[in-house]
Amino acid sequence: MENHSTIKSRASKSLFTQNLFMKNKATKRFIVILAVIALLIPALNLFVPEESFFHVSNYTLTLFGKYLCFALLALSVDLIWGFGGILSLGHGAFFALGGYAVGMHLMREIGDRGVYGNAELPDFMVFLNWNELPWYWYGSDTALFTLFMIVAAPGILAFVFGWLAFRSRVTGVYLSIITQAMTYALMLAFFRNEMGFGGNNGLTDFKEIFGFNLQSDETRCVIFFLSALFLGLGYLLCQYLVNSKFGRVMISIRDAESRTRFIGYRVEHFKLLVFVISAMLAGIAGALYVPQVGIINPGEFSPINSIEIIIWVAVGGRGTLYGAVIGALLVNYAKSYFTAAMPEAWLYMLGALFVVSTIFLPKGVVGIYQQWVERRAEKKAKAIPSNERVEVGSSSI
Amino acid sequence: MLTRVLIPVFVFLLIAVGAGFVAAESAATDTVSSEDPIDVSYEETAQKLLAQDFSEKSAAIDKLAQFGDKRTPTIFNNLLEGNLYYQKKDNIIVTAEELEDGELKITDVLTGNVIGTVGSRAVQKISVNNNLRNQLRTTVAGLELSDQDKSVRLTAAKNLIKNGSEDLLPSIKRAVASEQDAEVLKSLKLAMAIIDIKSTDATVRLLAVKEMEGVLESEIIATLTQLSTPDAEGIYPEKDPQVLAEAKRVVSDSKSAVSYYKILENLFFGVSLGSVLLLSAVGLAITFGVMGIINMAHGEMMMLGAYTTYVIQQLMPNYLGLSIIVAVPAAFVVAGIVGIIIERGVIRFLYGRPLETLLATFGISLILQQLVRSIFSPLNRSVATPDWMAGSLQINGALSLTYNRLYIIVFSLVVLAALILLLRNTIFGLQMRAVTQNRSMANSMGIRSSWVDALTFGLGSGIAGIAGVALSQLTNVGPNLGQSYIIDSFMVVVFGGVGNLFGTFFAAMSLGIINKFAEPYAGAVLAKILILIFIILFIQRRPRGLFALKGRAVEG
Repeated sequence: MENHSTIKSRASKSLFTQNLFMKNKATKRFIVILAVIALLIPALNLFVPEESFFHVSNYTLTLFGKYLCFALLALSVDLIWGFGGILSLGHGAFFALGGYAVGMHLMREIGDRGVYGNAELPDFMVFLNWNELPWYWYGSDTALFTLFMIVAAPGILAFVFGWLAFRSRVTGVYLSIITQAMTYALMLAFFRNEMGFGGNNGLTDFKEIFGFNLQSDETRCVIFFLSALFLGLGYLLCQYLVNSKFGRVMISIRDAESRTRFIGYRVEHFKLLVFVISAMLAGIAGALYVPQVGIINPGEFSPINSIEIIIWVAVGGRGTLYGAVIGALLVNYAKSYFTAAMPEAWLYMLGALFVVSTIFLPKGVVGIYQQWVERRAEKKAKAIPSNERVEVGSSSI
Repeated sequence: MLTRVLIPVFVFLLIAVGAGFVAAESAATDTVSSEDPIDVSYEETAQKLLAQDFSEKSAAIDKLAQFGDKRTPTIFNNLLEGNLYYQKKDNIIVTAEELEDGELKITDVLTGNVIGTVGSRAVQKISVNNNLRNQLRTTVAGLELSDQDKSVRLTAAKNLIKNGSEDLLPSIKRAVASEQDAEVLKSLKLAMAIIDIKSTDATVRLLAVKEMEGVLESEIIATLTQLSTPDAEGIYPEKDPQVLAEAKRVVSDSKSAVSYYKILENLFFGVSLGSVLLLSAVGLAITFGVMGIINMAHGEMMMLGAYTTYVIQQLMPNYLGLSIIVAVPAAFVVAGIVGIIIERGVIRFLYGRPLETLLATFGISLILQQLVRSIFSPLNRSVATPDWMAGSLQINGALSLTYNRLYIIVFSLVVLAALILLLRNTIFGLQMRAVTQNRSMANSMGIRSSWVDALTFGLGSGIAGIAGVALSQLTNVGPNLGQSYIIDSFMVVVFGGVGNLFGTFFAAMSLGIINKFAEPYAGAVLAKILILIFIILFIQRRPRGLFALKGRAVEG
């Protein structure tokens, strides 16, 4: 694996300027498409009458909003896996933590409209006969603190975990397994009622977000727009990181970790920083996801969810950023379609997707496209010199 | 030939039935009653129970007891519970079972035949008074304690410990005098002691307390504790200082013994949990530890093993005990073949790319789960436990070891030993080690490394299948069976050190024991979380596990 990637990185180094250009072109395309989606879909939902063919239903709006959150999540995974070689099987945990952070605020906003009518305590705490809020719920009623916690909670976990892991050079498969253990442990913990996060049922029955009614069309459209916006911002951030000197060090860590260390880079610092950034992005994705689906429960921590994120990135194409986004959209669309059309077949397909994409599509869907582009370029290149030769020949004559 | 013998026997039986000696199952009883020239038959004596006069009933009870008939305890117990009736039209003595509509389903106690359902008016209860109840209780106890079957005597004696009363004392004493079996004798003496402790004579009480020394049955300890604990005003129920001191000493001794056995029991639970972990991880120790393949479908191999057990039980429903034994090789073969197919079909294209292997095998695990769901339905299937695995081994009052856990401990050790032998002492093991240590050198020595890879993976998967057979006896067999074990298995292998079977053994046992000892303090879920955190932290300290391979092998 090392040899293979080293050769690839050498090749990419020589093509670096060209690559940057291509990626910038891709970035422009990506941002334009995303902007169109961000504006068009809410507009079609709000302003086109329902009987029209072009009307986008609330269901579709929420569904696409979810996909955008998943795309941001996939982006965060591609940042560490595609460019840092860190395969995290626990990224769902950061996503869920962001979700819980916003979920706690939404619970507090319900106020006395809950079933038990307690202005201070969420319903499930009243149900458990708790008399006061646990300390970690303090501050969840203020919007600013919530916004802070959305990135801080996953960030702190990623910092502590990453600091422990990278410092002692836990790499490769071992890291994957302990990240999986981490999310598994969190799942078990959040399932407990005593944790104070609603146990099995999680947090749900939300009414308002920052004072806006969650059920209203306008709020939905704004959240959709925000999802697209943050996906765009996240993409730009990742693109910036990847193309900066920082990104080149990351790639060299991915391809030859010891060599990078011997050259004099503090590998663990780079890894830790990118891991924390990635976790924060995942947290933001989770925070945007929860108001759209209206529930967050410990199931989001389950190891399978985290592995599914990996498959989005693998199907789309690892190490390309926009590939991760395309993969997330494709796989999730397929999932929604097939779980409704033929629920029996979906797991077979998902399973087959894992196998096929790892064996036959090491570069994902994007890889196929790139191959096709390259072949066309080769054909052109072949065609041009023969013409030139003729021309040169003719001119010399 | 056979019929010639059978026909006279049959005729004899018919005559016996005609005479009323129906209890064909109790040959001993028949000989006793038919040889003794008792002038009145059992049935006639039983009819005396219907007498109005209680003294006549009492005489009938005494007489019935002397017959030594197997039916007597049943009749007496029913009489005690007020469940013995006679049918008004023909005076047949019956037991009744009330049905939902108020009708009674009546059974002839003497023949055991179900007569049918009648209205509650058709029968009359045979009444008893307190004197008769006492007489019955003593008689039943006496009868049971003099039974020829040791287990009946033992059960009777143990029952007496739980609810003995003073009027039973003479029959217990009689039984003690004639009892030969040490175990029954011990229980009888305890039953006596627990009655004696209420005696007014301090010396009797002292002897009783002494008798209770070293006994760990909870009833005994509770009795002594109650005796030696002061009430709200600081007054002890036991007045005699010598008896009190003795009781206090015995209680504290017994309690420390019980807590010692509790630790032993926890240790046993821990080791049995460790064995389950060991079984599920040892296959992974081969595929992950030796070959370096991250097989996320490992749990599904266990699931296949468990379902194989289920199928085999369906195929041979009359031989439950045997089916488990047949299932072990069958599960090994099924899971092993599936493993080889996976290796040849998918994994061999991914050698040297561990992360991709992880994803591909995860995909396979999803497919296998869905396959099982399609074939067997998503619901859990029940796998029966054979008789020889049910029950428990009673060491003493405080410690009992259940057989299924005991067998699993033994089974896991056998599997581990067999695996180690296979790796060390066979050609295949030698080739396997050669390929993992230096593939190209092994190739040039004429070893077909690709076949060794396939067989090794098959071996690891097959062992997972065997683990599935064991798991089918412990948990529900369902499509998600494997998932719940896969993370634990990886933890065990990583904790123990990759590529080291002893490390795996040590890790499985220590994790099992730690888990069981943490459970009382933290609860089952929290204990598991703590263990996961512990392992995560541990890996930071020793990234290659407890028993890491040293030297060149690490570089490879």
